[in-house]
This record gives sequence, C-alpha cells and structure tokens, in this order.
Amino acid sequence: MATPSLRSQLGRVRGLGSARSGTHHWLTQRVTSIALLPLTIWLVFSLASLAGAGFSEAQVWVARPFNVVLLLAFLGAGFHHTSGGLQVVIEDYVKPDSRRMIVMLLMKGVCALLWLMASLAVLRVALR
Amino acid sequence: MSLNEDGQDGSFIGMRTDGSPVNRPLSPHLQAYDMLQMSSAVSVLNRATGIAWSVGLIFLVWWLSALASGPQAFADVQWFLGSVIGWVVLVGLIVVAWFHTLAGIRHLVWDAGFGFDMPSTYRGGWLVIGGTAALSALTLIILVRAWI
Repeated sequence: MATPSLRSQLGRVRGLGSARSGTHHWLTQRVTSIALLPLTIWLVFSLASLAGAGFSEAQVWVARPFNVVLLLAFLGAGFHHTSGGLQVVIEDYVKPDSRRMIVMLLMKGVCALLWLMASLAVLRVALR
Repeated sequence: MSLNEDGQDGSFIGMRTDGSPVNRPLSPHLQAYDMLQMSSAVSVLNRATGIAWSVGLIFLVWWLSALASGPQAFADVQWFLGSVIGWVVLVGLIVVAWFHTLAGIRHLVWDAGFGFDMPSTYRGGWLVIGGTAALSALTLIILVRAWI
C-alpha cells in the first residue's frame, strides 16, 4: 500500500465506475426464481417418471403442447437465472477487471448458446 | 498513487484511526467465521448447488438435443445415464436441484420480511436440509420405479 492519502474516501472511489444496476439484477433473480419454483417441481418429477423411457416414448412426451410450452419456459427462466447467478460468482471471485470481463462474456455466451440449443431441440421434437 | 488494476478494490480500501491505509476484509471471511454454523453453511451450499446445477443443465441440453437428433444419439445418453457415473450425476443433480429450490424459498421468505430471528433461521435451515432429503428420496423412488 502507498503512503496515506489526503483524498476523502468518496473521492477515492469516484470515477471507478458506478454500482451499475444492482436492483434490477436482484429483482430479476427473484422474479425468475418465483417462475422456476413450479416449473422445477414439474420438471424434476416429470423427468424422473420418464426414466427408462424409449426414444419414441420420450419424443411423444416432449412433443405434447403443454410440455413444449413449460419446457421452453423452464429453459428461458432457467438459463436467465443461471447466467445471473454465475455473474455474481464471477464478480466476487475473478480478478482483475480485464480477466473478469473476459470470463463474464464467455459465461454469458455459453449460457445463451446452450439455451438456444435446448430450445431448438424442444421445437424440433415438437414440430417433427 | 499507483494505478489500480481492479475497480472493485477501490471500495475495499479503508483507513485506520491513526490514518494508515488498510484493506478492508471481504465478508464472509473464511478465518473469522465458523463455516459449519447454519447461517453460513446453508448460504455457502446454496451458492455451491447453484454452480453445480449450472453444470447439470448441460446434461438436460444433451438429453433434449439427442432426442431431437435421433435414436442412436438418444441411446448414447440413456446408456450414459444408466452407467455408474451417470447415476452419480443423476442422484447428485436431484439433491442439488431440491436443495437450491428449497434454499431459494427460504430466501423469498426473507425477502417478504419474515424469519430474521435466530430460532427461525435455524428452523428454516433444518427444514431446507430435511426437505432436501425427503424430496430427493421421493424423486429417486419415482425414478427407480419408472426405470424398472
């Protein structure tokens, strides 16, 4: 650490960047978690009952309109919640700024691609 | 003043009463807190299960993609999920999913303004742990019955 500075604590943190949009992020995590609550209970029990199902049996289940809609909703809310959660982990533990930004962009990219991949798969089975 | 590589570090610089600079500790500090008490244990596990579930989502993406791709790809996933490693993954994911879900409900209860006193915190923590065990067991029974 350098010699004591006469700058005020406020002066020292000013210009280092705002706190960005913390409230929006926090609220988004709550809203997606409330949506994921029934969706997760439904998905876990549904997939557990599908254990050992054959190819066509699984396709028939996924292709049902009710399941298509809920699967797409789960994937949307799920990956949104996941990328928001991993974002906080990266903000907490990855340093310095430059590396944090690279890891953050990679994580957001992977989450977006996996979400699109899974959603496309559901739609392909549904519209087959 | 030297250039700071990390913007966040600025908010961790404090000053002692004698004016000498000091790096403020991050919270929760691993050496200052007992990580096995209910408050920190469930909090740490909530984050850990969140990360584990993020990785677990890859298996859901794999399963769905294989189902869209064809019988051979689907047989490969089913073979993996039926293997020993696949079972470890499945059981792990079931436990992780229920824990993160129940711990999430605990957070939503706090957000609504309830349960901040110590007895409620401990009761909630035990409910999360007990509920995870009960719901995981129920899910596994359904899974095994469907499999056979």
